[in-house]
Amino acid sequence: MENKGLNKVDLIFEKIDNREVLAKGFKMTRDEIIQEILDSGLKGRGGAGFPTGMKWKFTAAEKNPEKYIVCNADEGEPGTFKDREILDRVSNKVHGGMAIAGKAIGAKKGIVYLRGEYRYLLPKLMIELESFHKMIKEIGYDFAIEYRMGSGAYICGEESALFESIEGKRGEPRNKPPYPTVSGVFEKPTSINNVETLVTAMMIIQHGSKNFIQYGTKDSRGSKVFSISGDTPTPGIFELELGMTVQQFVNEFGDGDTKAVQVGGASGFCVPRKKFAETIIGFEGVPTGGSMKLFNSSRSMYNVLHNYLDFFTEESCGQCTPCRVGCQQLLKGVEKVKKGEAKSTYLNELMKLADTMKIAAKCGLGQSVGNAFKSIVGNFKEEIIY
Amino acid sequence: MYQVGNLVKELSDKHGHARESLMPILQAIVLKHNYLTDEAMVEVARELDISAAEVYGTASFYTFLDTQVKGKYVIRVCKTITCSMKGKSDIIQTLEEILKIKVGETTVDKQFSLIETNCIGWCHKAPAILINELPYTELTPEKVSEIIKDYMKK
Repeated sequence: MENKGLNKVDLIFEKIDNREVLAKGFKMTRDEIIQEILDSGLKGRGGAGFPTGMKWKFTAAEKNPEKYIVCNADEGEPGTFKDREILDRVSNKVHGGMAIAGKAIGAKKGIVYLRGEYRYLLPKLMIELESFHKMIKEIGYDFAIEYRMGSGAYICGEESALFESIEGKRGEPRNKPPYPTVSGVFEKPTSINNVETLVTAMMIIQHGSKNFIQYGTKDSRGSKVFSISGDTPTPGIFELELGMTVQQFVNEFGDGDTKAVQVGGASGFCVPRKKFAETIIGFEGVPTGGSMKLFNSSRSMYNVLHNYLDFFTEESCGQCTPCRVGCQQLLKGVEKVKKGEAKSTYLNELMKLADTMKIAAKCGLGQSVGNAFKSIVGNFKEEIIY
Repeated sequence: MYQVGNLVKELSDKHGHARESLMPILQAIVLKHNYLTDEAMVEVARELDISAAEVYGTASFYTFLDTQVKGKYVIRVCKTITCSMKGKSDIIQTLEEILKIKVGETTVDKQFSLIETNCIGWCHKAPAILINELPYTELTPEKVSEIIKDYMKK
């Protein structure tokens, strides 16, 4: 496997001449923009990693004259805080990325869905949005963005739940298909992209896909912003080239006693020390929306798992049974095993339940509860039992 | 209890009467009064011409759209893993002692409500809390008591 080592880069937060990049983007045809993003190999930075160019291509192909570009700023995954920082520091690049995406797919309207926990950013963002709209007008381009606020529901980061919320309803995920590119917000063709994805797209327009693909690996192009927390001497936000191993990451950010790294938040995977060297951080290994939590040997992995299961039990929207009941049963189950009320072999039943949830749950929330559950129980069984 | 008066009318004139205006209207009421009364929700239903059950159904889905009485300052303490590892329990204990309430309760003078919440995105500066919309981070028991005492003077 390709291994690029650990390299710090500074592209996302780099100050740019927004007007110049936008003027360049607006001169390109829709097909040229989409081709540039396809060539870059950019995959979505929110966690799921869908190829951005494909999403734009599908939305562009829809005939409906009314389309939307939605920026997903409902950053709720435990351990992720990079989108807040991006919006705080370079919102002009987020707005710019939306305008470029809008041009590519043929949308005149953009909506940013910002999580309620970040409301304090809103006054500043409104001022920056106003100057953005002024600049767009001066360039002579027709595109407008509005902000919609969330109200404290993790599930609204799921794209179709987010649309429901914008429409003024309970944030319950929809059945798919139809996919958002066909029927998204207000049942119009919609491209929904993560905050960082839009900034990265802006960067690709600025520097060109040829320069972008110099960074990262074949499966994970470019660099990405990591949110680093837990047992580390240097918690915070770091932009790193994709394609390093967990070991290289731990060498840089660990406290010398790291026993496990949770990659991708509560819905991601737990990598134990014995697998650090062989695990690549990226789409060819463990994918991440940026959340990296380090745990040292003083931490109980039972407590970590219990915390995550408690989180999912509360945040499950309750619409489908596998997720609603599954989360509760996993939580109750590990509690029983810990207290000695159930045999340790009961964990095997719970592992099967996690598999069932992966197959049967309606959306990404229920489908990914098993990631953390299976990787923590699988690697730290003795800590769950004793 | 607060009197909703003309607020709902003003908000629906501002945001519009379509279903998509529901969240912005409810959010604006909560920003002003910290929770939704039955009266407010019925009024919103009337303005948007939808059933009150639809309004309550939507509001009760979102943790920030409280339908129970809340104080003027709602303190939300993050309980997700990093904050939990970095001393969340000490912060809760300190708050409970100062405010003389337990998690989930509101002070008698309706000034403060204390609740736990899931990840608020400040894991690198844990432990963290929100007081209404403002975040306070890298807290210690001393730091959080200072902050609350300042709010008590307001």
